[in-house]
Amino acid sequence: MKIKVGIPRALLYYKYHTLWQNFFQNLNVDVIISPKTNKQIIDNGLKYVVDEACLSLKIFMGHVDYLKDKCDYLFIPRIACVKKQEKVCTNFLALYDLVRNSFPKIKILNYNLDIEKNEEELDGLIKVGKELNFSYLEILRAYEKAKQQENKERKLCKMLEENKLKTDNLKIMIVSHPYNLHDEFIGKPIINYLKQEHVTAILSDIYESQDVEIDCQGISDTLYWTYNKQLMAFIKKYKDKVDGIILLSTFPCGPDSLANELIIRKVKNIPISYITIDNNASDTGLITRLESFIDIIKIQKERSKKHVRANN
Amino acid sequence: MSEPIISFPHLGNYSTVFAYFFKHTTKCKILIAPAITKKTIELGSKYSPDFVCLPFKYNLGNFIEALNQNATILVQAGGGCRYGCYGEVQEQILKDLGYNFEFLSLMNNGKVNIITIYKAIKKLNKHLNFFKYFYYLLISMLMIFYIDKTENFIRLNIGFENEKGSFKKLEKIMLKDFAKCHGIISLTFKYFKYHHKFRKISINKPNNPLKIGVIGELYTSMEQFSSYFIEEQLAKYNIAVKRFTNLTYLLVKKRLVTKKMLKDVKEYATYELGADGLDNVARCKYLIKHGYDGIIHIKPFGCTPEIGAMPIIDKICKDYNIPVIYFSFDAQTSDEGIKTRLEALVDMLKERKRKND
Repeated sequence: MKIKVGIPRALLYYKYHTLWQNFFQNLNVDVIISPKTNKQIIDNGLKYVVDEACLSLKIFMGHVDYLKDKCDYLFIPRIACVKKQEKVCTNFLALYDLVRNSFPKIKILNYNLDIEKNEEELDGLIKVGKELNFSYLEILRAYEKAKQQENKERKLCKMLEENKLKTDNLKIMIVSHPYNLHDEFIGKPIINYLKQEHVTAILSDIYESQDVEIDCQGISDTLYWTYNKQLMAFIKKYKDKVDGIILLSTFPCGPDSLANELIIRKVKNIPISYITIDNNASDTGLITRLESFIDIIKIQKERSKKHVRANN
Repeated sequence: MSEPIISFPHLGNYSTVFAYFFKHTTKCKILIAPAITKKTIELGSKYSPDFVCLPFKYNLGNFIEALNQNATILVQAGGGCRYGCYGEVQEQILKDLGYNFEFLSLMNNGKVNIITIYKAIKKLNKHLNFFKYFYYLLISMLMIFYIDKTENFIRLNIGFENEKGSFKKLEKIMLKDFAKCHGIISLTFKYFKYHHKFRKISINKPNNPLKIGVIGELYTSMEQFSSYFIEEQLAKYNIAVKRFTNLTYLLVKKRLVTKKMLKDVKEYATYELGADGLDNVARCKYLIKHGYDGIIHIKPFGCTPEIGAMPIIDKICKDYNIPVIYFSFDAQTSDEGIKTRLEALVDMLKERKRKND
């Protein structure tokens, strides 16, 4: 019988899902992915963490809760450091131990990525594969193939997103971590609403570049959270091509609390709306804010057009 | 340009040490920011981002009050979880408020160490050579070590003093005296003088007093105002308090014990949890092993590393059946709520102890 591995559809799943999913599939392992976030999942997640934890972590725990008796192994990544001298949110560091202590009965596949301590992507996946009793050769082959698939998918994604920039519609970039952006509860309502209003949403997860350092200069020089740095670099690179920025964050996200403050204070000449979502957020309030934000941008655009015409 | 005046945020009793260090290395005038009051935190939270952690607000409040008293250079360190980013954001906020000052970050590339501090201070005092700097750093470290040793002793005994306030009074005199020391020998001499004086204070300590361990985030542990003087309140109930976090621990000891801690708490934590997360899990085990009656966990609202560690701490305490209480401090926490919860905890612990004896 095939082994069943469960992957929670939350947190860094959205960033690395192609790699992880394909890796297991190439090893001929059944992958079960929890369904899209719904109210039930959030409510279940609340039980396992402190009520002060950020919404994204609560959602993650909800997904783990959903998967707990539906698979043989649960894949819990611990991503501690993806680039030397940089950090990630400490929630990612504690994830493995958090799940292990909250769900003592399930078997966990522990994938540890810590570049600072020389635990690379492949090392982590080899350990995972070994725990499932695969040989080195099989693991390596599966990894290589999965990596290729990931690169292909990323390129495709980037192309699609950059094509969007060419439209004449109103363009608003939504800046947020991928796990908020693509979550059914957090980011989807916003994206859907923008679509309905014929506004093109440019999503921040397309940013893929080697020179993050150069790109985020001018906004921040000392920030050390890898993912927030990427978001800043994204803003810097594309902000001239869009009409407005929505900063989307969950309550109370640690890194965002400082990084977004810097963005608001240092990025000038473009309307920014800062939206924070927690587990009681209502759609009505959100839509009112988005509506007024879009209206403001439209009026501003209209005005500047008139201004240009008058000058001519 | 007028003479530069240096100021820095408060951190418990350590402002004595910081003032001493900057005074001797930079030769500039030092302004110790006004002591923290309700006003400080009000000012700080007014201009801070929404859900940033509490130490940010206190530090910002300190800075604003210091700038109002004409400080021209603000010093901020870094490290840990969010602390490393404080400097840049605070500088931006204060500049946007229209203050004119120079911001000196002791950090470089996200790290604080002997070299980065030296380079930062060198900017202020070009005549400083490394040996002189190192000498004063050594004195400051020693001073921190002595203050921490004394504080540990005070915490264990202050709950049983016969004359109210005798420990605190002597501590204040000691800190003032420390600030006047000339070198390592005179500092050590002074320490031993007060060491004897502290032990001569009359106390009435029973053989088996109620013992509580205070664990948690570092700023709320060290800056008593931010935890609503939780240690003083515990002392009123005749309790011996053990606290782990102090600068000696953070600067020196932490690096040495991380591996051992990971081994000690193998069943609960496999990896570091970020900032002091793992430390607090290990401290729980220590407190249980050494027969403490209860654990108090304190943290500022929204402290991410502690949020990650709390479910694990919860599990340990459940497994070993030891009472634990969590305090989460924010700018608006009321005094009374904390007092009530502490009182309930102490009553419960006393009852438990009576039954066990």
